[in-house]
Order: sequence, then C-alpha cells, then structure tokens
Amino acid sequence: MASESQSRTPSGAAISFPSVLVVFLLVATASYGALIQAPEEATMGLIQRIFYFHVSSAWTGFVAFFLVFIASIAYLRTRALKWDWLSVASAEVGVAFFTVVLVTGPIWAKPVWGIWWTWDARLTSSFLLWILFVSYLVLRTLVDEPERRAMVSAVFGIFAALDIPLVYFSIWWFRTQHPQPVIGAGGSLDGRMWRVLMLCWVATLGVMALLIRLRYRLEALRTEVDALRLEESRNAGRTM
Amino acid sequence: MKNMNFLVAAYVAIWAIFCAYLFSVARRMATLQDDIRRLKEGGK
Repeated sequence: MASESQSRTPSGAAISFPSVLVVFLLVATASYGALIQAPEEATMGLIQRIFYFHVSSAWTGFVAFFLVFIASIAYLRTRALKWDWLSVASAEVGVAFFTVVLVTGPIWAKPVWGIWWTWDARLTSSFLLWILFVSYLVLRTLVDEPERRAMVSAVFGIFAALDIPLVYFSIWWFRTQHPQPVIGAGGSLDGRMWRVLMLCWVATLGVMALLIRLRYRLEALRTEVDALRLEESRNAGRTM
Repeated sequence: MKNMNFLVAAYVAIWAIFCAYLFSVARRMATLQDDIRRLKEGGK
C-alpha cells in the first residue's frame, strides 16, 4: 500500500552535497567581494555595500515570482500538480528574498536619506508585490481540496506576477526617491562594482535554486501524506 | 567606519531571514516525515 502511494506522489530528489558546497562557496566569494573587494563609493561610503545583496535579492525575487507566473500558466494548461508545487515553492522563496529587500532597503535609507521609508512608486510597488505573494500563500491555506487549491492559486499567482513589471519599471516611469537604474538606460556603475553585483546575483540565484528544490520536496511530501491519509480513511471505512 | 552599525545590521538581517526560513522548512519537513512514518506503520 505504501509503495502504491509513493509511486503516485514521488517526493523528489534530495539536495546533493556538491550543489550545497558550490552555492556556499559562491555566497562566501560574493560576500568577500561585496564587503572587501568592491571599491568604496565616493559619497555614501561604507553603507553603499548593502547595495550588492539588496539589489541581487530584488532581481532574484523577481525571478522567483516570474517562475510562479510560468508554473501557474503551466498548471492551468496541463492540470499536473507538479506545476502547483513549483509555483508555491517559488512564491515562498520569492517572499523570503523580497523580505530581505524590504528590510535592507530601509537600513540603507536611514543614513543616506535620513528616513527609513517613503511611499514613492518603487517602494510602494515593491511592498505591494510582497503583500500580493504573502496573500497568495495565505490563500492556499484557506482551500483544502488540492485541485481546487491549485486552480485558485494559479489564477491568483498570474494576477500577482503582473506587479513585477510595475516594480521594475517604476523608476523609469515615475519620479522617485529611490536611486536611478544601475543597468540599461541611465546606468553608470563602476566596472568593479558591476562585477561584484553580478557575482552576488549568481550567488543569490544559487541560493534560490536550492531553496526552491527543498520547498518543492516539502510540497511533494505533503501530497504523499494526504494520499496516505486518504488510503487510511478508505481502509477504516472497509473494516467498519 | 561611519555607518558600520547599519552595514552590520543589514548583513545580520539577511542571514537571520534565511536561517529562519530554512529552520521553518526543516521543521515542516520533519513533521511530514513523522506523519508518513506513522501512517505507513498504521497501514501495515
């Protein structure tokens, strides 16, 4: 009976030690680059070093939320639960990265702007994006039936992800307190700072991949528990 | 070394957020693995 339920709900592979080691080395190298190797910014000084993990966490959060968008569309097309697992895993990891963004931003802003927070377009839309995906996670707890939960979540996930371009382009579209873009039109980042920023982004993408894989496995285990419970209640019904 | 406390606070916050998240996932995973073991033993 147990093997029957296992074959229906594969728990996914565990995270391998080499992949953890590679990500650990990437994070260690990126931290060295951000805290020691990168040149000190002329006007802001030491506090500018927050930028490397603040910006890379924001970009990685966008990638995680974009994965929710892709996985939600894939679920609606195929109705395969694996896409729902990927969607919830990416949403939760994206929320963790955006929590980093919303915490480190004000810590940088206080000494530079003199205030912790202001309701400008970039900060407000980022906060809204975080709230939308927290709501997505809360919404999932309110629906018990797996297929219905996956369906409702997929629709909400697509809607929530529509805020990503608004957050990203808000500094181009609106006059904001937030610093101007560091890439694309108007970007003027020093070459050494740019390389450290890219290294930090690769490191945070590695962390994101590991966390999503771990969280995906958790969702697979949850489905296995649901299947075993269903089997148990059926067996109890037969013996009565 | 101006604003060193803010820099330290930011990096401590980053580590704290990810450690708390990892701890939360590990705890939920342990609970589910216990449930699976219990349900499989009950089914035998």
